[in-house]
Amino acid sequence: MTKSDASIEIRDLYKIFGNAPKHYVEAVRNGLSKADLANKHGHILGLNNINIVIPAGKIQVIMGLSGSGKSTLIRHINRLIEPTAGSIVIDGRDILGMSELELREFRRNRTAMVFQNFALLPHRTVIDNVTFGLEVRGFDKARSRETGMRWIDRVGLLGFENRYPDELSGGMKQRVGLARALSSDASILMMDEAYSALDPLIRTDMQTMLLDLQMELKKTIVFITHDLDEALRLGDRIVILRDGTIVQQGDGQDILLRPADDYIQRFVKDVNRGRFIKVEAVMDEAPRADSTSLPRLKVSTTLEVAAKELTNSPYDEAIVVDVVGKPMGLVSLRQITAALSATGETDRKKVELTLK
Amino acid sequence: MDWFFKFPQLSPELLLAVTRTVDGSLRTLTRAYGDSIEAFFKPLFYFLVFIENMMSNAPWPIVVFAMAGIAWIVARNWVAVAAVIGTLLLIGLLGLWLDTMKTISLVLSSTLFAIAIGIPLGIVMNRFKNVAGVMRAVLDVMQTMPPFVYLIPVVMLLGIGRVPGFIAVVIYAIPPIIRLTDLGIRLVEKEVLEAADAYGCSRWQKLWKVQMPLAMPTIMAGINQTIMMALAMVVIASMIGVQGLGLNVLQAIANQYFTQGIFSGFAIVGIAIIFDRISQAYGRRLQKHRGAGRD
Ligand SMILES: Nc1ncnc2c1ncn2[C@@H]1O[C@H](COP(=O)(O)OP(=O)(O)OP(=O)(O)O)[C@@H](O)[C@H]1O
Ligand SMILES: [Mg+2]
Repeated sequence: MTKSDASIEIRDLYKIFGNAPKHYVEAVRNGLSKADLANKHGHILGLNNINIVIPAGKIQVIMGLSGSGKSTLIRHINRLIEPTAGSIVIDGRDILGMSELELREFRRNRTAMVFQNFALLPHRTVIDNVTFGLEVRGFDKARSRETGMRWIDRVGLLGFENRYPDELSGGMKQRVGLARALSSDASILMMDEAYSALDPLIRTDMQTMLLDLQMELKKTIVFITHDLDEALRLGDRIVILRDGTIVQQGDGQDILLRPADDYIQRFVKDVNRGRFIKVEAVMDEAPRADSTSLPRLKVSTTLEVAAKELTNSPYDEAIVVDVVGKPMGLVSLRQITAALSATGETDRKKVELTLK
Repeated sequence: MDWFFKFPQLSPELLLAVTRTVDGSLRTLTRAYGDSIEAFFKPLFYFLVFIENMMSNAPWPIVVFAMAGIAWIVARNWVAVAAVIGTLLLIGLLGLWLDTMKTISLVLSSTLFAIAIGIPLGIVMNRFKNVAGVMRAVLDVMQTMPPFVYLIPVVMLLGIGRVPGFIAVVIYAIPPIIRLTDLGIRLVEKEVLEAADAYGCSRWQKLWKVQMPLAMPTIMAGINQTIMMALAMVVIASMIGVQGLGLNVLQAIANQYFTQGIFSGFAIVGIAIIFDRISQAYGRRLQKHRGAGRD
């Protein structure tokens, strides 16, 4: 199992669909809107000035509503779609300069993909699906099978290896999809709405499994979703797309506490804030070293947990401490409840206040 | 006003000249190259004779047993096996055994040939879009052309007998297999193809590991149609010297042998049903991985 060394740098990426896409890049750079491009020139703006740097070994979530360009973006990483303009550098290599053969090698060895509708081969059994990537590379059959079985076991499908995809439930099919991706041992894992077709409970299971796997594998994962809960749970970093443009980029706390505009506000509104916001974000940075009797909370504690601890204690304040136990600030039950119920405008003001 | 009531056709002299030139040059062509054309098709002739002899000379119980065996292997279905045995025995009792063997041997060899040429052509048609346009036009013409018309050029070039009959049958029966191969490949889901690309398949790998297996049920439907059309054409081709059940029907028409004609007709229907059911059952078996259980 290789640790990932693959960072992905996407710069000035544009994708325009139509007959003469190159012709319109300059106009789009100068501010031609998606609607105008579509109505006046009959071209569709897929991606508009995308800049993302994905560090190796992290989970990068790409989020956005239907049609915002998520699938288009992820397919640029292994060049299933050719960009109209821009550069994509993976682990120091410019993938747009690759010949067909180099690209094939790159796809075989460096990237693996999991699809929204599974994209399994219906005429092959589970094990033959899982070893597909290895077979394409011409690996020894017995050894591929061994690798395949290991991953089938790892995703919890042992005993199903000789079934056909149509005999499996959705969740099981996606486990096959994941096992297929993992057994190719690629350092980049691309997941295009891999869990969107699953029902909520199974989806949570699969998220947990992915996080567990990631702890040991440390791959560079690009994960697409339109569900903010999922994004916050999985993403080390999150990019939010709208009409092919990046509207906000940052970690979960940034998105929740400082939504850049109303579009993101709409996502944020329905999220269980207590489960994702950390006490660090709402505390007062005034450590009162004397009040040692107060309960202590780690910086990474979520508001949900903090509220529960404080309610169960005789105090209504707690000291926030960093990983080594050094006091950093003070948080009150009132601050927590305010942050839990706050949305949008008020929240942003409040955060600005706390930052002062 | 004469032109209004009588169609102003080209002058009879001109038409005659055109007909004469074309026919004449075809005839010179045949005369000049007839021998080499014949030599070229000699191996085919021997092949056809070999298959026909093999089927006609084999003891009938062995043929029945072999066909039942094929039915079982291909369809895995006892009803199909029973139908094959029953039909063959009935045909034998009616005294049509030899003719039937001749017909079946020609249908089988021409279908195999049509498959061997048709599937690659279908793949080509799928891959090269500009070729596809031309091919589609040609196939349209082939499929609307009355089958009798096929016989004319074949007879002019090759005369009468097995080989021209075989060629006419192959030409007549090949369009469905070409079209359905192309269609089958086109119907493969886009996401599955994307997966193949994402895992770094070469074009060949994609074709053999993904597209062809997934197109197989559609291709089987094409093979089924090709068999049926070959059978129909084998009967018509009796007009250019193909022996077998078709010839019986032809004689029955010429001499008003009502019963002989009806019996032969039923024999043809019998083998048509056998071929149809077996190839369909095979097609279904290819689909077994879809839906419920497997065997
Ligand atoms: N091949 C294409 N030709 C023309 N337009 C396209 C093509 N592919 C995508 N688009 C357009 O690009 C935009 C982004 O599409 P994309 O599939 O990337 O969206 P998405 O964010 O993945 O949406 P979803 O959540 O529905 O999967 C859409 O407006 C779509 O219509
Ligand atoms: Mg999509």
